Amino acid sequence: MDENSVDSHSISLLVNNKPGVLIRISLVFARRGYNIDSLVVSPTQNEIYSRMSITASGDRQTLEQIIKQLNKLVDVIHACDHTGEVVVEKELALIKVKCPVECRTEVLQVSEHFKCQTVDITEDTLMLQVTGGTDKLDALHTMLTRYTILEMVRTGKIIMARGVATT
Amino acid sequence: MSGKTRDGAQALIDGLQQQNVEFIFGYPGGANMPVFDALLDSPIKLILSRHEQGATHMADGYARTTGKAGVVLVTSGPGATNTITGVMTAHMDSVPLVVICGQTITPNLGLDAFQEADVSGISFPVVKHSYLIKNVNDVPRIVKEAFYIAESGRPGPVLIDLPKDIAVAQFEPDNNFDMHLPGYVIPTHGDPERISEAAEYLSRATKPLLLVGHGAIISKAERAVRILAEKMKIPVTSTLLGKGGFPENHALSVGMLGMHGTAYANMAVMECDLIMSIGSRWDDRIVGQADIFCKDAVKIHIDIDESEFNKMICPDCCIHGDARLVVEELNTQVVPNDTAPWLKQIEKWKKKFPLSYKKRGGLKAQLVLDELNNLVQGDAIITADVGQHQMWAAQFCRTTTPATWLTSGGAGTMGYGFPAAIGAQLAQPDKLVIAIVGDGGFQMTLCELSTAVINKLPLKVVIINNAYLGMVRQWQELFFDVRYSGVDLEGNPDFVKLAESYGARGFRIRRNADVVRILSEALAYNDGPCVIDAEVEKEDNVFPMVPSGHPYTDMVLERPKQKLAKPVGST
Ligand SMILES: Cc1ncc(C[n+]2csc(CCOP(=O)(O)OP(=O)(O)O)c2C)c(N)n1
Repeated sequence: MDENSVDSHSISLLVNNKPGVLIRISLVFARRGYNIDSLVVSPTQNEIYSRMSITASGDRQTLEQIIKQLNKLVDVIHACDHTGEVVVEKELALIKVKCPVECRTEVLQVSEHFKCQTVDITEDTLMLQVTGGTDKLDALHTMLTRYTILEMVRTGKIIMARGVATT
Repeated sequence: MSGKTRDGAQALIDGLQQQNVEFIFGYPGGANMPVFDALLDSPIKLILSRHEQGATHMADGYARTTGKAGVVLVTSGPGATNTITGVMTAHMDSVPLVVICGQTITPNLGLDAFQEADVSGISFPVVKHSYLIKNVNDVPRIVKEAFYIAESGRPGPVLIDLPKDIAVAQFEPDNNFDMHLPGYVIPTHGDPERISEAAEYLSRATKPLLLVGHGAIISKAERAVRILAEKMKIPVTSTLLGKGGFPENHALSVGMLGMHGTAYANMAVMECDLIMSIGSRWDDRIVGQADIFCKDAVKIHIDIDESEFNKMICPDCCIHGDARLVVEELNTQVVPNDTAPWLKQIEKWKKKFPLSYKKRGGLKAQLVLDELNNLVQGDAIITADVGQHQMWAAQFCRTTTPATWLTSGGAGTMGYGFPAAIGAQLAQPDKLVIAIVGDGGFQMTLCELSTAVINKLPLKVVIINNAYLGMVRQWQELFFDVRYSGVDLEGNPDFVKLAESYGARGFRIRRNADVVRILSEALAYNDGPCVIDAEVEKEDNVFPMVPSGHPYTDMVLERPKQKLAKPVGST
């Protein structure tokens, strides 16, 4: 694998649940010019820690360095790159499509195919909720571009290691 | 509960006392007045600086000399931001500091209150860790954690932002508290497999070289390093900050390597078949052109900070651990190999390419430093500022014991040398302390002459006065067609009179013939600080020189006849 190739990485961190932690982490990425594509901060089963799931793209060597620098932060319990590992990765999206009565059936068919939930419906719009892997969400997005997407919000990817392995 | 009521400021000072803090280097202001007040009831001595940057460098000098965290106490806003250069300097060189900043009251945080600055935000990139105290009950734990983090592992500065309402809030300190640092792990012994691998490499090498960095000094590895070098007959070079990790008057020492290292150290780097770094981070001033640095040699890297591995160069063997513990373990495993031909080769280089300078003409900076070295014989703490004089001092002032050579390496902060000497002299009142500074850098922090005078510190400030920003001038001469831009220090004060106006002694050296006499006189003066203004030749250059970003093969030993290509490295 090319050391300098730009690809997407799934990183998870267990961090102290304190103000300022996010800044310290994002500074490590920013300093190396590494772009964060998505970032999810959420509580864990223990309230003193938070979980961060980050997807970022860039070359692998720089990322290795970044992971080591993240682990060096006092507020980071651990940071690891799960790229290439078998982990469960999910995200959720809400998509609001312009949907006059004429095309409603068509949109709902697409929605059903992707196992979306219809969470809001008005005369002209339809809001769909979809969960799954990034590929699935991307595919739905592509399908829906044939209609007018008014708004889209994605949660960003969350990651969990399978079995007894820790994330 | 102890049943005794304290306020935040008192608890902070209690915490410092528990850490056996001797000095606080500080400057008062509205937001830290409660702490200054609490300080009156403690045995800790306040050293009032004349500028917060000076206070920070003093604490840094104290810390480098003792290995204990230097403590800085400043007010909010401009007081805090004035420390940032000093904090960054300490961060780059892994120096333990605890910097306590007053802050506006918590309800005013983020409201642009008077003298409010988001110091946490400003300092994130240059601290090892930082705290904003929001609850007075946290004060004892945070102080303890701050010192622990600053001094352990790879040391560094820790900043504590203390809002004024927290400083005056009353509480009953609970003496039973634990530090809570689940994400902070300090590596100790390295991986045994890696150590065995390194031992094998070392035992097989015929042209090995040890590279001693600041980490070796921080971990007190000097004895272990010496045992390794002597047992295996391996020559030793050091980084600018590693000076003193191995005695430079030892037969196996080749002095400093890198951009302005000795020719023989750099030749050893070019020719070695193995190089092992003990607590250095292969900084860009050492590796030159990184991709071909020691290309054919086995490279071993011992570091307590994993993020230094594969950063500048990709070593064959990385050992993650404390330098002293790792080298001690290596010493039990290595088997001597024949390095006699290699040592003979190095002796030849030493004879053929010694550090040299012409003794005729105007006053020579190198002569001043060479004679100073002869007079003190390694028995002094020497601090150096940044510039040509720093490199000449590194070359000519031999460092024989750890923690006696203090200079800003990673940051190259002009203005560091003199205040650092104040901190060092306070830490070691009975030692000879000498600050070697340029006329440029000295003027950045010379207001601390007051601090040195009122504390009756017998330190010596040697100004290598070339009336230029010499190091920049050198680059303009060599790489920019002698087009001098912004380097002439016209308007310099009369440094002797200046010293006298502060109540310090002033000496002046103008001729090579006077160097020894005047230096001896100054060294014998111990009634307070003195300043020695050495008016040296204006346009001398530091050699050897490996232009930045270039391979070692591009090293120049003297002023080249033809113009040099502009260096590809940054600075
Ligand atoms: C705070 C700061 N500003 C600028 C520089 C860039 N710089 C590096 S060396 C140097 C010249 C130093 O001049 P001087 O103190 O007179 O020492 P000399 O080189 O002449 O010995 C300068 C300006 C620096 N290192 N630090």
